[in-house]
Amino acid sequence: MLDLRQYTCLGAALRDALEAFSSEICLIEADRDREKVRLTYSDFKEVARPLARALQDADFDPADRAAIIMTNQPKWLISAYAIFFCGGVLVPLDYKLSPAEHLQLLAHSKAKLLIVEYYLWRTIMQAPDFHKIATKMVLVTEAPLGADLAGAFRWEEFKRKGAPDFVMRQRDDTACIVYSSGTGGRPKGCVLTHENYLEQCRSLTAWYPFWPGVRYLSILPTNHAIDFMVGFIGPFACGACVVHLRTLRPEFVRDAFVRYRITYVSLVPLILKNLERGLRAKFDELPTWKRAPLRAMIATNRLLTRRRPHVKLSRMLLRGVHRGFGGELLALITGGAFMEPSTMQFFYDLGIPVVNGYGLTEAGTALTLNDLKPFRADTVGKPLPGVSLRILNPDEDGVGEVAASSRTVMSHYLDDPELTLETIVDGWLLTGDLGRFDGKGHLQLVGRKKNMIVTEGGKNVYPEDIETAFDGLPVKECSVFAANYLWPRKELGNEILTLVLRLEPTQRFDAKLLEEISTRNRRLPDFKRVGGYLLWDKDFPRTASMKIKRQALAEDIGKSIKREAVASL
Amino acid sequence: MQTAESTLEEILTLAAAHFKVPREKLSPDEDFFKALGIDSLQTLDLLTKLENHFHVELPDYELQGVSDFRTLAARIQARR
Repeated sequence: MLDLRQYTCLGAALRDALEAFSSEICLIEADRDREKVRLTYSDFKEVARPLARALQDADFDPADRAAIIMTNQPKWLISAYAIFFCGGVLVPLDYKLSPAEHLQLLAHSKAKLLIVEYYLWRTIMQAPDFHKIATKMVLVTEAPLGADLAGAFRWEEFKRKGAPDFVMRQRDDTACIVYSSGTGGRPKGCVLTHENYLEQCRSLTAWYPFWPGVRYLSILPTNHAIDFMVGFIGPFACGACVVHLRTLRPEFVRDAFVRYRITYVSLVPLILKNLERGLRAKFDELPTWKRAPLRAMIATNRLLTRRRPHVKLSRMLLRGVHRGFGGELLALITGGAFMEPSTMQFFYDLGIPVVNGYGLTEAGTALTLNDLKPFRADTVGKPLPGVSLRILNPDEDGVGEVAASSRTVMSHYLDDPELTLETIVDGWLLTGDLGRFDGKGHLQLVGRKKNMIVTEGGKNVYPEDIETAFDGLPVKECSVFAANYLWPRKELGNEILTLVLRLEPTQRFDAKLLEEISTRNRRLPDFKRVGGYLLWDKDFPRTASMKIKRQALAEDIGKSIKREAVASL
Repeated sequence: MQTAESTLEEILTLAAAHFKVPREKLSPDEDFFKALGIDSLQTLDLLTKLENHFHVELPDYELQGVSDFRTLAARIQARR
């Protein structure tokens, strides 16, 4: 692996990786059972350099911002590298956002350049506010011949001969602006520096190294902090290979494990649970004479891996199971959302360690990680090297807000000094998550202090962001809260959003209103939908500028109404 | 020649059978996540079944933002 201490920016580290590992395979792209692309580090360089030259010729200057809206594929990483090579700032946007949200974040980030897949560009072009787009240059990948691109260029044709000029950046220069949420009212653009990424990469690979020959299956969106680090920066700094799948159909994901003999993969709880369901169903279908020995092997493996994993031994004991995962899987990496301990234990007992961690976009990728010494399903692990964690104002159980200090913590929120001051206090990042340390130095998360939910798919959803979906609802006023914010409890998982309705004095809650709410709710992406509603009989407390005093309202509701009063939607 | 309406009808019948839900409980404009009580991964399973039935290939991106049976039928019909 490269010694990252010597670098001041991601561009330089990646540039050297392309030289150091030139003959290794760095990227594979497969669509269903068809392999479409296979690139060595040297091939990667040959594709990226003409793009970087063309960008520079088109006046893409150092510190200019460039957004990427793409699903996981090689052109994502090639584009990101070209942007870093030119000294640019990368703005990775979630491709699952709506076109209106994409336009909003493009405007907020002031991106000069956008690189986008054709089918996403097609929907953005149809958005009502498309004419307001201020992004000067757009490159579209995979556009069909003759397609109307509204003045955008074709990525595949956007290249120039001649060597591009490498632009060096310093450690405290901005590398990326990553939106952790806030498409509704207040976009939260985390400004992350080159130092943040270089240090995060160093600490993660100290515990979980990559090396040439490792194959990482990239399933989580690359715009997400985890995949950006573990599916791009980390493997590239170590000469490993990243496998991209253009479909997430479970049957093709399963095939990819075997075909590419995957070493590591990062998964959100939703996918891991699905895998567990599939495996349990398969085990149940086995005839009794096969099921009993399998159970015995699992019990033996559990006993023998009590203190630490023995991957080779597990592969021998449970050959069939491991073969189904390609036979070379070292670990499943998870994070970004609450994971059921029973699911993690299920995989660990099969000899497939689940590396659970905890992090937030504001802190780079991860603050804690399980070091598997021994495996613990009930914690999110220990602080990574270089990370200091504190529990603020602990109660009698030692539970308080988790605060973090690390060279991986973001510089600030873009154009929001007020929110930055509230979030980073005296050099400590206030995470808004509640946790405690056990006697062994492991962090246990027990709840959230902030008004938000994290879905099983790893999505952060802030109630303020979805209230616009209920604008103009025929009631006196309404607001959305995370149920756990209204009724704090020391528990994670099963998080839902609750719509709080204040009716007009003479109004009754009827079927028509319920239908209106349901219709609006359905228009939201599935992970943003409210799960229930409750009726509130007082006017909402408001500030002088008529903003709802959310905390006061939440406290009042929490005291006056029981959680059970929430009606399901 | 299959019409959009007949494609829609076939989808509803297949979805009902696949997820063991009475056919009469599903309607064209209903949100299939909710009607079938499924998550996005289970939806992908359904799509594979529909692809095999209609002999079409539906890239994942075609399904972005689609949550009702009628729109799904239109996407499939466009590829037949």
